[in-house]
Parts: sequence; structure tokens; C-alpha cells
Amino acid sequence: MSGDVAPVLELDEVSAAYGPYRALFEVSFSVESGGAVALLGPNGAGKSTVARVASGLVPVTSGRVRVDGRDMTGEPAWRIARAGLAHVPEGRGVFDSISVEENLVLSFRRRAGRRMVPASLERAYASFPVLGERRHDRAGTLSGGQQRLLSLAKVLVVPPKLLIADELSLGLAPSVIDDVYAGLAEVRRSGTALVVVEQQVDRALALASSAVVLERGSVAYCGPASGARSVVERVLERRSRTHDAGKDAGPADRTTPAKAVSPRRA
Amino acid sequence: MEQLLGFAVPGIPYGCAYAVFAVGLVLTYQTTGVFNFGYGAQAYASAFVFAWLVDGHGWSTWAAFVGSVVILGPGLGLVFDRFLFSRIASTNTTAKVVTGLALLVGIPALLPVVFSNENLVGVPSILFAPGTVYFHLGPDVPVNGIYLSAVLLAVAMLVILVLLLRTTSLGLEMRAAVESRRLLELEGVAAVRVTATAWAVSGLMAGLAGVLLAPTEVTVQAQDYVTLMVAAIAAAACAAMGSMTVAAVVGVLIGVVSLTAQGYLPTSSFWYSAVLPAFPFIVLVGALLFVPRLRRLEQVQDPLSTVDPPPPLPTARVRGREIDRLVHTAFWLLVVVFVGSMLTWMPTSWETVLNQGMAYSVIFLSVTLITGTAGQLSLAQATLAGVAAFSAGQLARHFGLDFLAGGVLGSLAASGVAGLLALASLRLRGLGLALMTLAAALLFDVAIFPAQAVSGGTGGIQLTARWLPLDLLAPNGHAYFLLVFLVLVVCAGAVALVQRGTVGRFLAAMRGSELGAAGVGVNIAWQRVLAFVLSGALAGAGGTLLAIQQTVIAPGEFNYQLSLAFVVIVVTTGVGTVEGAIQAGVGLVVVEQLLQYAPQRLQGLAFVLFALGALTYAAHPEGIVELEKRRWTERAERLLARRHGASATAAVTGRS
Repeated sequence: MSGDVAPVLELDEVSAAYGPYRALFEVSFSVESGGAVALLGPNGAGKSTVARVASGLVPVTSGRVRVDGRDMTGEPAWRIARAGLAHVPEGRGVFDSISVEENLVLSFRRRAGRRMVPASLERAYASFPVLGERRHDRAGTLSGGQQRLLSLAKVLVVPPKLLIADELSLGLAPSVIDDVYAGLAEVRRSGTALVVVEQQVDRALALASSAVVLERGSVAYCGPASGARSVVERVLERRSRTHDAGKDAGPADRTTPAKAVSPRRA
Repeated sequence: MEQLLGFAVPGIPYGCAYAVFAVGLVLTYQTTGVFNFGYGAQAYASAFVFAWLVDGHGWSTWAAFVGSVVILGPGLGLVFDRFLFSRIASTNTTAKVVTGLALLVGIPALLPVVFSNENLVGVPSILFAPGTVYFHLGPDVPVNGIYLSAVLLAVAMLVILVLLLRTTSLGLEMRAAVESRRLLELEGVAAVRVTATAWAVSGLMAGLAGVLLAPTEVTVQAQDYVTLMVAAIAAAACAAMGSMTVAAVVGVLIGVVSLTAQGYLPTSSFWYSAVLPAFPFIVLVGALLFVPRLRRLEQVQDPLSTVDPPPPLPTARVRGREIDRLVHTAFWLLVVVFVGSMLTWMPTSWETVLNQGMAYSVIFLSVTLITGTAGQLSLAQATLAGVAAFSAGQLARHFGLDFLAGGVLGSLAASGVAGLLALASLRLRGLGLALMTLAAALLFDVAIFPAQAVSGGTGGIQLTARWLPLDLLAPNGHAYFLLVFLVLVVCAGAVALVQRGTVGRFLAAMRGSELGAAGVGVNIAWQRVLAFVLSGALAGAGGTLLAIQQTVIAPGEFNYQLSLAFVVIVVTTGVGTVEGAIQAGVGLVVVEQLLQYAPQRLQGLAFVLFALGALTYAAHPEGIVELEKRRWTERAERLLARRHGASATAAVTGRS
């Protein structure tokens, strides 16, 4: 990886919490320009929180977040978005109550400029014909897969520096997941760096060059994608063992108030 | 035709004001998700300041218009947004409603304190002189400056708004912001600015509506702005809080139809005296019952709402045994000292005040039960109290029934009314229920309580000693005190038992999540009716006691403003506990009594103080008093722990 270019996203010892419930403990990793990182881990490990911290939705309690070399810690989400970071949140990432086209227009006006909106719309409909067919329908009436495609269409036409895709495959039929991942690969080809949050380890590792595995809010592995699988398996096994032993090893960090949790886990 | 026009044209300024106001209400709801109950107060503030500048300070109409509508209107909207509504989580309906109510109660009480107490009369209209007739629509249908400016300004405002929403990117962003501000931020749009703009625009519209309405009446009175508010709410509800066009059209229609009907109906008829003033409420109730989209109002969810931290845990009782014993002893000591003082040295004036406070406390217990325990917002508790009082009064008058027995029957009647209200609004929740109960309260206010058969006209029902056993009204006697005290103890005990018992658990589950409670087998419909029935009985008991003390039951005594103030006051002190209700009741009368000693100008400040308190509700849902109580307990715990800790350390060091 090139050493002289600043990473497009860098998390430096980031901790975060939801009210009194701590979710991340000094998480550090970085994404190189044009790189693709798979963010893996069991339920409640903090994957979505990492994504939200990066895009500014959840404030950090300590540590720094840098986007494209600039310190964006504590900046509001819209500034981070303008700095070139796009975040497709888990579940629904589009505005239900406005039309498909209005969703795209809203996005393109900001990213491409007012004049480029018609051309951008054309390109989006060319890449995803199904969106063109339903352009005047309310986005809430689209199927789950079509909504994810709409989210991707927003970023495909005007590539951001980094796309964070949170559980794009969640709740989709396998054939639809193929479509979504094809779209994701196309986004990557356009030069956008990717952070893919995923429960489906194989899908994510096939796309990514490196991987970060989270376990209970801390980084358990950070390195090339090839080495991640064994770590994930170990983490999952550890989790099921503690479950069998009757201890609540689930999202312990979320259910225990901060006072009761030691500041740093071993 | 000629006659129709003659009756309809005077309705135009009302219709225009209602339309602008309704559209502003829909705009705020659509873009920020807040149904702003304080909107009527915003309009009133602008009209008040407009009249004050023109009337009291000789400003020109245009300068006053700029000051009160162009600057104050959006300014108030921005302040509301920045300091109040932007801090409330989008899912917290109760906090949003209560904050709006606090503004609605507090601002009209605050304005005379800040500005002046005098009547503001003869408010001019903008653009065209009010007295001048510009042209005739028919031989007997003059069109003067009030109508002309109302139509022109309203149409201009609505056209500008439609252009803003349909053609600019700001409009698109506003429509997106209502769904999810966070999702909008992810698009690189500063959602804070979008909502702030929406609040500013809606504030401007409130100001405009207020100033349009001002010249139609002789004086600027808060009451007129409530009518404005209700008509606009009805129009907005007919539009299912969605279509601004429908809201505007219904708004104009309500104004024009009521004034036209007023012209045709004979002034002595039942239709004129009861149905006509209630017309907007009838429209509102109709909309709430028959517009299906209103039932799903709060179901639009922010997909990113999980980003919010979870609500804080309910404050568990964390008192240690030592402090617990101390508090218990202090409590019983207080009760004994209180009863002893009331029976011996307490001056009569203060005994009266405290008695009244306890009567209020009984009514407030009904708020504790319905809102604090069951989580249902009812804005009709004073009305229920009134139902009981008037029933008891009529029973005494016609059948010579003892007033206390009448009070028991009256409380049952209040229960019945509350139960019917609950049944009628079974499919409404949150905001819809609040609107339904408000409509019911207003309906009783204008149509039922003033009726001859109910209250005996404006004079009300005068209680006579013949109806009252036990010499309740004897001067210097303590019979009334003992009665109120007894009823309060029984009611407080009953509410505490309900809270701790099975029903209380069911109600608490329902408050947490209706869906979740239904999922574990709680019959939501039945629990809701039950909560309303019980709270109706409590409110009725309190209302009867209050009536005995005041010796006259007047129709204006149990008005909707009192209902709103009740919710605001109880929420301020603590809506979750029995103590909260009692502190609210006693606090209200003590603050009012203390203000008697303050300068004349500050008399109305009691409501302002409670409104200010209620504004903290979003941050501390348990109430100010409860919050302080918890803090002090924690402090005491820490102090004790330190003392124990010190002795424990000493012991350890001693051993080593």
C-alpha cells in the first residue's frame, strides 16, 4: 500500500457509547484510498457502531476519526458526508415517503451539482433499469433489494471517496444479494474505497482485500482478508462456548452501564 | 344569494387566518414531526405585540408588522426549535405534546407581565384601512380593508410557500427531513438548518395569521386564538396532517361556514348558542373518528432511530435502610404536624388555601393515574371534574340530594363520561388521543357547561348550606379540612395500590409499549377504558370538593385551560408518583398565594413558572421534584457511605 498518501479513513483508538452503554473500546484501523475492508464479527460486536462513528452519527467518547487525512472527530454527519464519505445504513437507507427520483435528485444536487442532475439520473437509470421503471413511485413501495440498489445508485454515479455499506445483504434473497454485490463491485471499480459490514463472511471476504474482526467492541484481528476467516471462526466459537456455560456473553458491553465496566478490556 | 354573500363575506378574514394557520401547523408537522400545540400562543404573541406597538407606542402599521410578524414570528419559531423541540427525541410524543402545551399555557400568561396589562383595542389591519369600503360585491355587501388585506396576504403567503416547497431543493430537503434527519445528514445536508428554516417559516405564518385575525375583534384576547387554534387543528386533521391544500380549503370553509350559519340561525335557538360555537370541535372529532390516516400518524419511523441512546432506566428506589427509616419517620412527623397545625394555629386564609391545594391534589391524582401510570395523554381532566360537580349540583337542586352523596354519583357520571371518551378514541393513540380529549374538553366548555339545564346559565349553581351535611361551610370549622384530608388519603392510597397491583403492572406495560403489552396478553382496549374510568372518578371526587369550597359552580370554572394547566403542573413536579400529585396541588395554591403579595403585574406568573418547569420534562421525565429527591437521596447515601467507609478503613488499618 502506498505510504505517502493519507488513508481515506482512519480510526485512532476510538471509543464510543450509547448513553451509559459502551459499545467500542479503543478501536483502531485504517482504509487506504481505493482499498476494500471487510468489517466482520458476531451480533453486537460493534460493527454498525464503527460505521456510525466513522460517518459521525454516533459521537466518539475518546480517540480520533480522520477522513482523507483531515481530523473530523466531533464534526456533524453532514460535514463528514461532504468530505466524501458515504454511509448506507443498515436496513432502510432511503427516504420512504418521497419518490425514487426525488431520492436520487436529493443526493445528486449535493454530490454532482444542480446542472448535472439530469445526466446523473440518466446514468443511474441506465445502470439500474428497475429504478427507471419505478422512478415516480414512492421509495417505500420498493422491495428491500430495490431499496439497496437505490442506495447504491446514489453513490455509483458520483463516486465518493469512501462507501460504508452496513449489512447490505440483510434480509435479501440470495439471487438479490448477487445483484447488490455486483453493484458494490462496480462502485469499487469506479475508484471508491469500501468498508463492507457483513455477517456473511464469504461474500465480504471475496470482495475485500483486508479485514477487521471485532469482538465485544474491540479489534480481534486487523490484517489481510485471507487471515480473517480463522479468527472469525474462533470468535464465534468462543461466543457459543460462553453461551453454553450459561454466562451472558452476548452484547455484554451494551447492557452493562459504563460504571460497572472496566475502562479497558484485556 | 345577496343575503348569503352578505353573511359569508365577514367570514373571509377568519377563514384566511384559519387557512394560513392550518397550513403552518401542517408544515411544522410535515417537516419536523412536531405537532406544535404552542402554535396558538405564537400567533397570539405576534398579534399582542403588533397591537402593543401600534396602540401603545404609536408605531406605524408597517413598522409594527415588520417587528411583530417578520421578526418576532420566525424568531419565536427559531427559539422553540433551538432550545426546546430539537432536544426532544423524535419518538417521544408525550414530551412533544407537553412542551407545546407548556408554551400554550405559559406564553399568554407571560405577555401581560412583560408588556402591559391594559386592554389593546382597535387593532388596525395591514395593507388596507379597516374602515374604508373599497368596493361592493352586491348592493349590501361592502368589502372593506380587513377582508381585502386578509385575502391578499393569505393568498400571497400560500403561493410563496407552495413555490418554496415544490420548486426549491430546500422544499425537497424539508420533506425528507421529516422522515429522518440523520439520513438527510448522510446526504451531506445540514438537517439542523433545514428544520430551523421550517420553524422560522411556520413562525412567520403563525404571526401572519395572528395579525390577520386581530382587527376582526375589538380587543386582542387569548381566547380568540384558541378558537383559531382549534379551527386550524380541525382543518389540519381533515387533511390528515398531510395535504396543505386540503388544510387551507377546510380552514377557509370553517371560517366562512360558521359566520354564514351565524347569520341565518335565529340567535335564541339551541343551534346558535350550542352547536355553532362547537362547530370546529365537531369537525375535529369527525376527522379524528373518520380519517383513517390520523390513526397511523406516529407510525412513520426513523430508520436510524437506534442511533439514539436507549431511554434511561426507570429510577429505582435506591434508598438504603438507614435513610429509608429516616424518611419514613420524617414523613409521619410531617403528617402529624400538618394535621395538628391545621386544627390549631393555622390562619383561616392559609387553611383555605391548603384545603384548596388538597382538593386540586385529588384531581391531580387522576393525571398521575392516566398519564403517569397508563401513559395516556388526557387533556380533559378538568372537564371530568366539572361533570361531577355539575351533576352533584343538579341532583341537589332537583332532588334535594345531599351534596356528598351527589358527589359520589357525580364521580360515577364522570367515570362514565371518561369511559365513553376512551371507547370513542380506542383506535387513537398518542397525539390523536390528546387531540380527541382536547376536543371533548372544548366541546363541554362551549356547548354543554354553559347550557341552562347543566349550570343554570352564566351565574352557575350556588351551593346552599341545606345541601351540605356536617356544617362543611361553617366559618372557623375544620369539617371541610377533615373531609378533604380523608378523601385525599383514600384516593392517594387507592392510586398507590393500583400502581403496585396487577392493574398497575398492566398499565405500566401499556405505557412502555402497547404492542409489547398486547403481545404478552394484556387487553389494551380494556385497560385503557379502565384507566380512563378510574381517573374520571378521581377527577370527579376532586371536582366535587373544589365546588364545595368555592360554594358556586360556574360554567367557566372547569374550562379546558385548566385541563391543560393540570397536565403541565403535574408533569412539572412528577407525574409518576402519588407524592408528585400532592406536591403539585399544594405547590400550585401556595405559589398562587405567595404571588398575592407580589406586585399586581406578576399575578399571572404562577402558570408561567409551572410552564417553565414543564419545559424540563423532556430532559427529566420523572419531574423536577422527583429528580431533586433522587439527587438528595444519592447525596445522603454518599455521605453515609463515606462515613461507613472511613470507619471501615480505620478498622482495617487498626488490624494491620
